[in-house]
Amino acid sequence: MPQVTLTVNGKSHTVEVEARTLLVELLREKLRLTGTHVGCDTSQCGACVVQMNGDSVKSCTTLALQAEGATVTTIEGLAKADGTLHPMQEAFREYHALQCGFCTPGMVMSAIDLVEKHPQGLSEHEIREGLEGNLCRCTGYHNIVKAIGAAQEVMHGRSATLAPAHAAE
Amino acid sequence: MYDFAYHKPTTVADAVKILSADSDARPISGGQTLLPALKHRLNKPTSVVDLSGIAELRGIKRDGNKVVIGAMTRHADVASSAEVKAAIPALAQLASTIGDNQVRNRGTIGGSVSNNDPAADYPSAVLALNATIVTSKRRIAADDFFQGMFTTALDAGELLVAVEFPIPEKAGYAKMKNPASRYVMAGAFVAKTGGQVRVAINGAAPCVFRQAEMEAALTASWSPAAVAGVVQPADDMNSDIHGSAEYRAHLVTVMAKRAVAAAG
Repeated sequence: MPQVTLTVNGKSHTVEVEARTLLVELLREKLRLTGTHVGCDTSQCGACVVQMNGDSVKSCTTLALQAEGATVTTIEGLAKADGTLHPMQEAFREYHALQCGFCTPGMVMSAIDLVEKHPQGLSEHEIREGLEGNLCRCTGYHNIVKAIGAAQEVMHGRSATLAPAHAAE
Repeated sequence: MYDFAYHKPTTVADAVKILSADSDARPISGGQTLLPALKHRLNKPTSVVDLSGIAELRGIKRDGNKVVIGAMTRHADVASSAEVKAAIPALAQLASTIGDNQVRNRGTIGGSVSNNDPAADYPSAVLALNATIVTSKRRIAADDFFQGMFTTALDAGELLVAVEFPIPEKAGYAKMKNPASRYVMAGAFVAKTGGQVRVAINGAAPCVFRQAEMEAALTASWSPAAVAGVVQPADDMNSDIHGSAEYRAHLVTVMAKRAVAAAG
């Protein structure tokens, strides 16, 4: 059986997979990192988004073998060892940017990539456009967009702390 | 998904060798179309040949009055390329609207052009800009390349290596996206290169095509108003749950107008 070697959340793994094994199956079933979800399985919903070599990708539409040598970050790899949340996670919590939570890992991973690639800052419209590949069936996106808008200020160092949700009203 | 053998060659010659020896082997680039097709078992390749290890297939370079884009160059790379933005901004803009961010981080120009999905974006740019398709064995003019729905001039075992785009004086692209799938319902790429006008329509018919009447109208007068009066016949348009042939035909003229306006 073929083998794939990759780094996930800072830890190197060498895993035997079938050629047809998807990256999301490797993450969930072999490495037991079940924070990455499978929603539609047809590359539309974005619940499976992870970062691979610094880009957000749909792990249900990537073969595990295509991740050979790659550096992958999943939702489990964001918080610090002491439990401090990533600013994007903290913003999703503060702004109540979720209801059922199923889409949240993919939303957070897409949002981080979006913010990192736009150091000049994103308008509300650009945030909405940038979430094109992630579907949420609960929230109507409103609080997700607000959370990302607040998180980008912290991520780019323009604000030391997250603006509280009530101040944004 | 059925299982398959997996190969990851490091040269075009090695990839061609594997693909030529087995007619049921399939190349994979970004996999954003092939993997969903495999999941649906629409396709049962004996082996999948991953092209991502072939360095010579990647990259964007300016070569005189052309921009040459390697087959494995991702949509995100074309969209953000300073060279493409300077030389052919309409092409960078087109790439920035394919699928979503995650698809653009994996999908490639070579995959899109080789697949020739009627609703794909790139074929309209290739045809309107009169690009040349460079393959593992020859050069093919855009007019000869796109032959029908999911059909191109590529032979079995022949790989698309790069696309050479002549730099136009003016170019613009506009499309109507299906609001759910984001696939093109109808799109128009208009270009004026060396004084010659070409208009390519994608998404509306089974295969990208040139709209001769619009080309004549724009040659006479380059303005949105010039194409506004051109009626696209509905006869050969796609008709499905997303839109009737008549609706798509109507969109063709609207998108052509917007594309000319975008080109300036």
